This record gives sequence, C-alpha cells and structure tokens, in this order.
Amino acid sequence: MILEMKGIIKKFGNVVAINEVDFQLNEGEVHALVGENGAGKSTLMKIIAGVYQPDSGEIFVQGKKAAISSPSESQKLGISIIHQELNLIPYLTVSENIFLGREPKNLGFVDYKKMKRNTLELIKQFDLDLNPKALVKDLSIGEQQVVEILKALSLKPDILIMDEPTAVLTEKETSKLFELMQLLKKRNVSIIYISHRLPELKIICDKFTVLRDGKWVKTAEIQDFTEHDIANLMVGRELEDMYPSVPANIGKEILRVEGLTQSGHFNNINFSLKQGEILGFSGLIGAGRSELANAIFGGDPADEGEVYWKGKKIKYKSPIKAVQDGFGFATEDRKETGLILDMSIANNITLPSLKKYKRAGFVNKKSEYRDIQQQIKDLNIKLYNMYQAVKNLSGGNQQKVVLAKWLVADTEIFFFDEPTRGIDVGAKREIYHLISNLAKEGKGVIVISSELPELLGICNRILVMYNGEINGEFSHEEASEQVLMRKATGL
Amino acid sequence: MSNMQTSPEAKVEERSSSNNKFFIWLQYFWANYSVIFAFIILFILASIASEHFLTPLNLTNMLRQISVIGILAIGMTFVILIGGIDLSVGSVLALTGTVVMASQVDFGASIFTAILFGLFAGLLVGLVNGLVITYGKIAAFITTLAMMTIARSAALYYADAGAISGLNSDYTIIGNEYLFGLPIPVYVFIIVVVISFILLEKTAFGRHIYAVGGNSRAAHLSAVPITRVTIAAYMICGLTAAIGAVIETSRLNSVSTSSSGSMYELDAIAAVIIGGTRLTGGQGKIIGTVFGILILAILSNIMNLMNISPYIQGAVKGAIILVAVLLQKRS
Repeated sequence: MILEMKGIIKKFGNVVAINEVDFQLNEGEVHALVGENGAGKSTLMKIIAGVYQPDSGEIFVQGKKAAISSPSESQKLGISIIHQELNLIPYLTVSENIFLGREPKNLGFVDYKKMKRNTLELIKQFDLDLNPKALVKDLSIGEQQVVEILKALSLKPDILIMDEPTAVLTEKETSKLFELMQLLKKRNVSIIYISHRLPELKIICDKFTVLRDGKWVKTAEIQDFTEHDIANLMVGRELEDMYPSVPANIGKEILRVEGLTQSGHFNNINFSLKQGEILGFSGLIGAGRSELANAIFGGDPADEGEVYWKGKKIKYKSPIKAVQDGFGFATEDRKETGLILDMSIANNITLPSLKKYKRAGFVNKKSEYRDIQQQIKDLNIKLYNMYQAVKNLSGGNQQKVVLAKWLVADTEIFFFDEPTRGIDVGAKREIYHLISNLAKEGKGVIVISSELPELLGICNRILVMYNGEINGEFSHEEASEQVLMRKATGL
Repeated sequence: MSNMQTSPEAKVEERSSSNNKFFIWLQYFWANYSVIFAFIILFILASIASEHFLTPLNLTNMLRQISVIGILAIGMTFVILIGGIDLSVGSVLALTGTVVMASQVDFGASIFTAILFGLFAGLLVGLVNGLVITYGKIAAFITTLAMMTIARSAALYYADAGAISGLNSDYTIIGNEYLFGLPIPVYVFIIVVVISFILLEKTAFGRHIYAVGGNSRAAHLSAVPITRVTIAAYMICGLTAAIGAVIETSRLNSVSTSSSGSMYELDAIAAVIIGGTRLTGGQGKIIGTVFGILILAILSNIMNLMNISPYIQGAVKGAIILVAVLLQKRS
C-alpha cells in the first residue's frame, strides 16, 4: 500500500467537508474517486497535496506516517497533482512551462539546452507529438492538458492525482490520455482519478471509492459494479430515468440557416429547427459548433449565408437584437462567458432582461425580484441568499443560474453549449429534464455536446459536424454512439 | 434533491438562518464599506490630535477644498468600475477651464453659456477617449495618457502657457459663496454624488457598468451594449472634469493653463482605490469613493494643522493608499 488515510476530518467553519474518511491506494493502481459536486473529493485531494491540513486523522505514505504541511512537502513525498483548471502561462513555451520554477541552471543562468533535452525526453518517453518550443497559447486545450500532465510527470511522482483531466478533451485526446495512463501503470505509478464521466472509469480504473456529503460510502473493484450502480451510490438513491422522454409535439419551423459560413470556423451550414424540437450538434472540439452558435447569436457574426427567424431574414451584429427577438445562448464556459462571477445571483439572472423591469428609467426591483425568486424555486437553485456572488455556487447551480437568466428573458430558442460540463449526476439529470420541458412548452432547443450519451438521450435529431461542415444527420432512432463517432471523425 | 438535508450547502443554510445572519451581514458590510470604519477612526484621531480640527470653519473649508477632486473621483469611479482608467482628467480640467474662461473673456459669452460650453467640451473629450478605446481598441491607459498631454497642450497653446482671468465678478459666486453655512462647491459635489449613486444603484445602466467591469465577454453575450456603456463611462468622467473646472476657475475667476488640475488624476484615482473599488473593475461603490476622498482630505488637513512639512505629506498619503489596499485584500 503506497498511501493510506485514516479517519480524516476536515472542517471549514461549522461545515464538515470531510468526515472520518478512510482511503487506501495500492501501488500501480488506478483508483477512481467519485461523488457529486461538494461530496469532498477535491478537499480530500487537496489534503494529500498539502494545500489543506486535516483537523484530525493520519496519513501514511509508503508505510511511514507523513505530515503533509505544504505542497512542496507533498512533492517531496512523490505526490503530484494535475488540477482541474489549467495552470499554464500562455506566453511561455511548452518546456518553460514544464520546468517553471525548477529550471535547470548553469552558472546561475537557465540552461535552455538542457531544458529542451529533458522535455524532448519526456515527450519521447510517452510517445507524444508536441513541440517543446511552441508557445502554450498556440496549443489546443487538449494539448495544453498534455503539457500539464508532462509537468506533473517531470517530477517523477509515485502518486499522481488527476482531477477531471478529460473534462475538456475530445474523445481522441481522451483515448490518448488513457494509453498514457496505462504506460504509467506499468511503471508502477499509482493514480487517483477524479471524473464525472462514469463510462470512462470502467475503461481505465481498477478500483473506485465513492464519497457522499463528505463521508466515505464504498470502496470496491470496479468490474463488480455497473455505471448505474456507481451513479446510485453517488446520489444515495435510485437514479431512475436519467433522460426524459424525447419531445413529441413538434410545431412550425422557427429557425432556418442557409449556407452560413465563417472563414476558419465553419462552411456552408444548412439546417432548420422547429418549435418543440431538441436538435443536437455532435462533433469533436474545434469542429466549429460553438462558433456556429455564437455567429447565429450575433456574438461574432458570420461572413456569408442567411438566417431566417420565423420566416424573417435576420442578421445580428451583436447579441442585443438577438436577445430581443428571443434568442438565448448558454455558452460552453460558464465562468468565462456565461456569468459575471463577482455579481450576485440575482443580478446575473436579470442581466439580459433589465429592459423588462424599467419604470421611468429605474429598475423596478420588486417585480424583478419576484421573477428571480420564482426561478430560484422552479429550478431548485441551492443558495442561502440571492445577493451572494454567483462564484460561490457549485457548478450545477451555476448552470441553473445561466438557465434562469434565459428563462427570465422570455427566450424562445435556446442554444445550450455543453450544458452539463463539470456538473454532477444529480444536477445533470435535472438539467436534462429542464431542457426537455422547454421543448415540451414549444420552445426551440439546440444542444451542443461532446457527451454522446446525453445527445442520444434527449435529442429529436442530431447533426454531426466535422471540420466546420455538417457531415451527417440522424434521427433519435437512427443515432448511435458508433455512427456519431464515425461521422465526427470525418468518416 | 432528496439529500438536501445533509449536504454541506444545506448546513450553511441552517447556520446562516439562525445566529450567523448578523455575521454574514457584517462580512458583507466590511467587504463593501470598511472604508467607513477607517474614516470614523481617522476622524476621531484627528479630533484628538488638534483642537482646531473640529471647528465649523475648518470642516467647511476642508469640504470645499476636496469638492473638486471629489467630483473628479466620482467620474473616475465609473471608469474604474468598467475596468478602465482615465489619466486625462487633470488636463481635461485645465482644457475645459480654458474653454469656460475664454468663452467669457475672448468671445463675450454669458456665464451660463460659457459653463455649458465647458461641460460640452468635457463630454466631447470623454467621447473621444471612449471611441478610441472601444473602436480603436487601444488600452485605456495609453489612450488617456495621450489625451492627458493633448488636452494640456491645447490649453497651453491657446493661452500661451499663461492664465486667462475673467472680468465678471458674478462668476466667482460659484466657487466662493456659502448657502445655509456650506460652500456652494460642496452642494455641487453632493448633487454629483447623489445622481451617480442613483445611476449606479437604481438603473439598468448602473447594472451594465458592473457587468462590463466584472466580465465584458459574458456581458456582451448577455446583450449588454458594452461599447455604449464604455463610452458613456468616459463621457461621465469627462463631464465631471468639466464640472470640477467650473468650480476651480470660479474660485479665482481665472484658469492657469500650466498648473490647473495638475496631478489631480492621481488624487482622484487614489480616492477611488482607497474607497474600495477594485482597479480591475466590477466591484466598488460611490459611497466608498466619497469616504475615500474624505480620508484623503482629513489626512492633509490634519497634517497642515499639525505643521507637518508638506514635503513629507506625500509619503504619508502614499503609505495610506498602500495600507488601504492591503486591508481590502484581507477581507
């Protein structure tokens, strides 16, 4: 046993984040750590990484009792962590990022030759395709993740912690990552793997541990359990009907796109959407799906082509007119483009629709707050005060705030870009049902997602984009993971 | 969800609903208004340090002295809230002051018309700043740095680096007279504060200011007219510089193109920062700026009363700015 944690307790104020958790990690094992958002996974990992000190409990590394008082202490014990958020410096090269703070030196100056040599060695060792002199800002998100992993591996860790490494990766990059993990396993590196994507756990992990509300629930061999079992352990109850029934009441066409083109992003896109329909967009990251939605919405207008909204030709130069007409766009990145993180929940919700509450130039707070309260109740947003900053909410609740924003704006056509990224199973299920209910009320819904099961689960129709073009269209009945994947990879 | 009773969030909820509501309120209050406590402490210390401090004459004088910088700082608050900066306000004060005086002296305009011209000039400079920053996509720091030298140079050129003095003594009423025991400039300052407070707290425009400063990309995608909001913020800042110019020039019935408004931008920025507005935008309050300016005012007033060398006063002010920002980081 390389790592053992016994009776770990960690409190923040009166809140018990970790409550008497035991955890064991064997040599050369890939151990999945799962649980809903707020279950305590990240806190537990931060204790191992030396970011937090436990209030009580013991930690043993390779049989010896360890007091991990700081991140550098943790590194010395052979523990390396890859955080969920990328921590790279965009204007430094790959090798400069990997050896940041640990640059090889010669007579006090950075030995760039040695640094490049060491980087190339790492790249070769793991059979990767990466230029050590490339600037990080020019890399794709997937490649940046690889740099982050190399950075962790350059420390030659015995224990590697990976916090949702695949959240931003394409399927192809994910399978590459799994190959890399297999390689590490062979070299007897032990891996703690945190992910919300249950199917991939079955592929890569040996064991799993479930945490719920800060408490240990179960540790077992992963092959003895189905994904469904694990999901149920996470939420502590039967998770019936993950996906709602597919909407059946399809109405008139409300959106038609003809020959839409934006150079470098997408080319000659044609499709239409009807009232009450959920239309899915599948494809790899970089296929042009988000850019397409953003162009229709007016965030970054297209170069050529036409868009018809209820039969009327439209050309939005900014989102202002689009929102007036009833468009709503829940972007793929809540933190960067979806929410004003320091603003209150209440003010975020009504930001696009303040016009509605204008009385003699002033915002009528009474009617505004009535609508906000209604949304908070309807969507079951968990908070203690609607004036608190939205950044303090969990991912699932933040996503609900984004949704509430567009609901208040009387949106008629919803664009959801990765609506469930980084949120837990329970909240995902709620989001699916909310999306489905919108369609059932007669709204038009477009869902862009990299998670095939969710597109297959909720969409009437799925379009697959490849390299900026639509490469396939499937009805709910025709679609399967295999055909979508084939079309998404250009076959 | 069914497990709500046991989730950590729910625990926070239980906790806050009972005895900790006050604590959370206090935290919120401290985060936003810690500058008020600082002001009260400083006020008490100043009252103890000098017997001349707490006299009506001293206090009203102090208020009159800060009203110009105070008005500038209010305009600056809008600009800093959207994540910008305006280094040109001091020079714009000189330029708009020149417009006001020259309109009266060289073009025979009435006081009222001259003031209107001045205010219009302030708005115009703000508009140019805003257009260059939004459509020209040049950083606010660079744009307003350039405007700072351009505006100053334009004023200097017009008056050959000299002063323009007015002939109509009625104009001096604004800067020198009292109304119900308070100097008129203080009323102007209060009016600017009240209007700005209402704009920021009660209107959609105010909400948009915070949204643009908090995250301009997200604001753009939430249908906030970010270009218009940005331009408006710089125009407000230009307008406040022009209002300041009217008070300043009316005080002596004269404008000095070389020294009027010189370095005022730094005091205005300092007041905004001491007042708790985040330099990167999105967070801050008008009330904070008001107390920020009051703190600066008490500091220089008490140092003068205690005969502290003016040469060391700058160091004290600088130290206070650093302490204020350090304290805000803690909270």
